[in-house]
Amino acid sequence: MSIRPSRSWIILVLAGVLALSLVLVGCGKQLSGSVSVGGSTTVQPLAQALADAFQQKHTDVGITVAGGGTAAGIKGANEGTFDIGAASRDLTTGDPALVTHLLAKDGIGIITSPGNPVTGLTKAQVVSIFSGAITNWRDVGGPNHAIDVFVRESGSGTRTAFQELVMGSENITSSALQQTSSGGIRQAVAGDPNAIGFESLAYLDSSIKALDIDGVPATQETAKDGTYPIVRPLYFLTKEQPTGLVKDFIDFCQSVEGQQIVEDNGYIAVK
Amino acid sequence: MRARYLIDRSSRTLLLVCAFLTLVVLAAIAVYTFMFALPAIREVGLWHFLFGKVWRPESGLYGILPMIVGSVVVTLGALILAVPLGIGCAILLAEVAPQRVRQFLRPAVELLVGIPSVVYGLVGLVIVVPLVRRIEGPGLSVAAGIIVLAVMILPTIVSISEDSIRAVPKSHKEGALALGATHWQTIWRVLLPSARSGIVASVVLGMGRAIGEAMAMIMVLGMAPRIPSSLFSPASTLAGMIAAEAPEASGVHRSALFAMSVVLFLLIIVINGVALAIMRRGSRAQGIS
Repeated sequence: MSIRPSRSWIILVLAGVLALSLVLVGCGKQLSGSVSVGGSTTVQPLAQALADAFQQKHTDVGITVAGGGTAAGIKGANEGTFDIGAASRDLTTGDPALVTHLLAKDGIGIITSPGNPVTGLTKAQVVSIFSGAITNWRDVGGPNHAIDVFVRESGSGTRTAFQELVMGSENITSSALQQTSSGGIRQAVAGDPNAIGFESLAYLDSSIKALDIDGVPATQETAKDGTYPIVRPLYFLTKEQPTGLVKDFIDFCQSVEGQQIVEDNGYIAVK
Repeated sequence: MRARYLIDRSSRTLLLVCAFLTLVVLAAIAVYTFMFALPAIREVGLWHFLFGKVWRPESGLYGILPMIVGSVVVTLGALILAVPLGIGCAILLAEVAPQRVRQFLRPAVELLVGIPSVVYGLVGLVIVVPLVRRIEGPGLSVAAGIIVLAVMILPTIVSISEDSIRAVPKSHKEGALALGATHWQTIWRVLLPSARSGIVASVVLGMGRAIGEAMAMIMVLGMAPRIPSSLFSPASTLAGMIAAEAPEASGVHRSALFAMSVVLFLLIIVINGVALAIMRRGSRAQGIS
């Protein structure tokens, strides 16, 4: 019997909250809610930095950033697991139709251990090494030692981008050693003086060395001005044209402020 | 009275439901794995899938022979290393070592069983891989995989073998010694043959663990999808490849990984079936004697 009055009381409170929140949203100051971002591990640290900055401005907003890989990002955005999917390559005809939001660009560095005397290769030499046509450092001006080729696993966004941008129609040799993360590649290459690998320029640190390609040093500047030849796009993906909080976050990422964060994290701004 | 009866009945039903649920989960896993595997088998063809030598998902080539060979080679290699060592250690623990030593050694071996495989992989990556690299090649290799796997399955072999040596009736040993056999002759001619079924079962269980190991293999084997040409060249295994590529796979690639799981599933069912059969035969034989 006492249900009826208490229920109407709850409805009243809810209506009040709703009205209040409408007023607040109308003011455009107090954003709240949550957004999930997930996918490419290359985009992940950048997405996290952007999310942190966004949440600092809007303390009632919760943004979760997950990894999982480009394929997971595409799948998640398509199926609704993620509000925003992250991809480190162009979408192809095999992928579902999603709305792409260019977030940044990223150079792919060809890396060796710092002790390797080879400082640069031509793109053709890189193709020969990763296809298995050249197997000794001697053939590219290095010491007489077999080359240990490290690549990411099949399906990785970085590997797919490397295949498209560098290898073209050539296949990566089946003798290549596989690592399942950018960190794994860096660690393996840092620890093996005969190793060669590839990874995002944003991930470079002093434990490894990025080779000049066709005489152009691999830096953020050369990647930005277009002289460094191996550069790929990084995307946020949404199922539909974004609205509400998702749109606010993507707009923030593409704003001058967001693009400054892109640059600060070692990626290339696109605006 | 009635309440007790009800509790009794309902708890029995509850337990039945639990048992049934386990079966349902097992069936669901089997059915789903087979279902997801079908598209790849249909697309690639069973023959090309099982005996194709090239695994290159980006070109639509899905041959898993390199991974099958890799799994078999690494597992056999690990057994060759671990079986003599393991049985030797079991004999030591069961027969030779004084009580004090056994008190330390036995818990240590049992502790080794519980160490997560990723830890074995990490230690292998930091210690074994650089050592192998010093001999030849990139270090991430069949040799490193064999060494790490051997250490991983050693505790299984030691603890089960020791138990089965201890389970041999005392009268057997006493009879042999009374006939004038030395301690070593007793071990070799009486204890080991009597404990044979348990020892074989321990080896088969170790084999099952080795063939299903993914994490440690990803870390030390190099995961190159080709048939290894030497101990020092990289290789890949079924379990390792599934774990390495599943997170980023889609479409036929994903389905092919499920088909690989089916192959692994069947392999492990066969191995466990053999182990069960051997253990059952062993216990029956002991019952007769």
